Amino acid sequence: MTRRRPLTRWLIALLILHGVIACAGFFAPYDPLEQDRQRPYLPPMRIHVVDKQGHFHFRPFFYAVHLREGSFDQFEEEANTTVPMRFFVRGPRYHLLGLLPCSLHLFGAENGRINLLGSDAYGRDQLSRILYGGQVSLLAGLLGAGLTLLLGSLVGTTAGYCGGWRDEFLMRVAELFLALPWLYLLFALRAFLPLAVSPLEAFLLVVVVTGTVGWARPARLVRGVVLSVKERDFVRAARGFGASNVYLLRRHILPETTSVLSTQAAILVPQFVLAEMTLSFLGLGVPEPVPSWGNLLANLQQYSVLVSYWWMYLPALTIVPFFLAYLGLANALQEYAEPYKIEGRSDDSPT
Amino acid sequence: MRYLLRRMLHAVFLLFGVSILTFLFSTLAPGNYFDEMRLNPQIAPETVASLRAQYQLDRPLPVRYARWVNSVAHGQMGFSFAYNSPVGPLLWVRARNTLLLTLTATLLAWALALPLGIWSAASLGRLPDRALSWTTATLLVIPDLVLALGLLIMAVRSGWFPTGGMVSVGFESLSPLNKLRDIATHMTLPVVALVISALPMLVRHIRAALAEVLDAPFLRAAAGHGIPRRRLLYRYALRAAANPLISLLGFSLGTLVSGSLLVEVVMSWPGLGPLLLEAILARDLYVVIGGVLLSTIFLVGGNFLSDLLLLWADPRIRTEAGAE
Repeated sequence: MTRRRPLTRWLIALLILHGVIACAGFFAPYDPLEQDRQRPYLPPMRIHVVDKQGHFHFRPFFYAVHLREGSFDQFEEEANTTVPMRFFVRGPRYHLLGLLPCSLHLFGAENGRINLLGSDAYGRDQLSRILYGGQVSLLAGLLGAGLTLLLGSLVGTTAGYCGGWRDEFLMRVAELFLALPWLYLLFALRAFLPLAVSPLEAFLLVVVVTGTVGWARPARLVRGVVLSVKERDFVRAARGFGASNVYLLRRHILPETTSVLSTQAAILVPQFVLAEMTLSFLGLGVPEPVPSWGNLLANLQQYSVLVSYWWMYLPALTIVPFFLAYLGLANALQEYAEPYKIEGRSDDSPT
Repeated sequence: MRYLLRRMLHAVFLLFGVSILTFLFSTLAPGNYFDEMRLNPQIAPETVASLRAQYQLDRPLPVRYARWVNSVAHGQMGFSFAYNSPVGPLLWVRARNTLLLTLTATLLAWALALPLGIWSAASLGRLPDRALSWTTATLLVIPDLVLALGLLIMAVRSGWFPTGGMVSVGFESLSPLNKLRDIATHMTLPVVALVISALPMLVRHIRAALAEVLDAPFLRAAAGHGIPRRRLLYRYALRAAANPLISLLGFSLGTLVSGSLLVEVVMSWPGLGPLLLEAILARDLYVVIGGVLLSTIFLVGGNFLSDLLLLWADPRIRTEAGAE
């Protein structure tokens, strides 16, 4: 039982992280597209509990800010206008999990806007954009990884179970895909697809492109498992009793691949989130105004942003806990599957 | 010899496969470089058609492929519409810069990873090992993009390193030594990013490979004979653990080529990455195909190199290859 514990711990961590992103509407104080041209590139607002007279406030508050005279990105606090932070307030309407119409937010303010993590060039709230951007990036990663695993297990099972020339042919193609550096392959595929598309189309495009790039490795792993299971005694016995191919695959062979597939999933999802980020960062993925972790970072390609507005880098840091949790999960799964394997010798070891 | 020949044939086969694959992708393309011209009312449709004919875009796929292979054989690799010149020379300049970056990074990463990995394996389970494992795990979860941008921000804020390009203004007038120094300072940031991104994986693999060997009876016997620990680790254990590491060398070169694509774009290093990105945005078909093919050549070349090294390092493989 003790061996299961790290597994559950990482799963719970991932569940919480994804839960926050899935309920972005509740945790984000504002709509990610809502602009406020009066406060471009507002730095993260400072949270106070003690005011300028030295009085302690039970409720955290902010000082209202406005642009300094004659400046376009320098702000100053107004000493006499406080914006108290309120919890569970009514705010902009959104759909919880894309279904339930709702307008309750974790926090907000009644007289003014709070930009906890600052704002971008159009005064859009950075925190809200990061949270909503996570929905796009994570969903792209999850769907892409799902597609890849589906393709991979389809090809791997066919190759392993049918054998013969099909096996030979499919594995040669897989080798081709493995021979290409994956980022270049991603680019090559993306290069020949339409450039100017709507955000939804772009999202689907990213999912399909990333999904078709990575199938080769899971396919090889699944093939290996299927090849070895196919010859095991219980499968032969079942075949001797007259079990059909479909039944054998469904009942005996495919269940054996779950451990390989789940480990691969834990490895692939962050890679695919990163693929989406890379494409969007380079302007080949999900376009503005829809936020995604990749296109939030794209601002940093401008030198002036890089120099002056460090909070535009924050989206990059948000993905680190996600990747950490996925790595932990992958390690725990691997340990669970092969407890005696030396740590660090993972599936991506060179072949 | 036959072993080498077979590996070489395999590599050539792989390259042909990749080129056919990219050509097949390119037929999926809904648009090409001349589509925007067609929308322009000032350019007659006949002009566009004749341009297409000139670049043979109106021919069927097999013909285009044959033409292209022919031009690869002449070192041209097709024709760039945007630069109005053959792709080959265009790519070679960029590829040289990319290689400079990746080879330096590979060398540095290995020079750092070997002692660290060996140290970690030698103190398996004790403090240095655990500290290193934690560090590599942390570095492992920081993606290239985040790392490169973070380094860039640090560089911009501190002003220690130049933050873009490969040479300073007025490079031509510098003395050869200063030219070298100039390139080196410009290289620092991208190389650091690449080394940090490659390091954790290398350290982990080296640790695992060595930990497996360190338990072997012959090493315990050698230790019993009083051979000093350092010599034991670096001479005997490393030699025995070399095989998977040599394969890893070729592999790491390939991953660094892939990783450098992004780092180059972020740090505006004039390598293959920015060229490829421009070509994609401009629909410059043959540049994209050439870039992808070249990256595959690097990867396949890296693997071939490690095959050669394996043959040199492991007598078992030599005799096996000779026996065939």
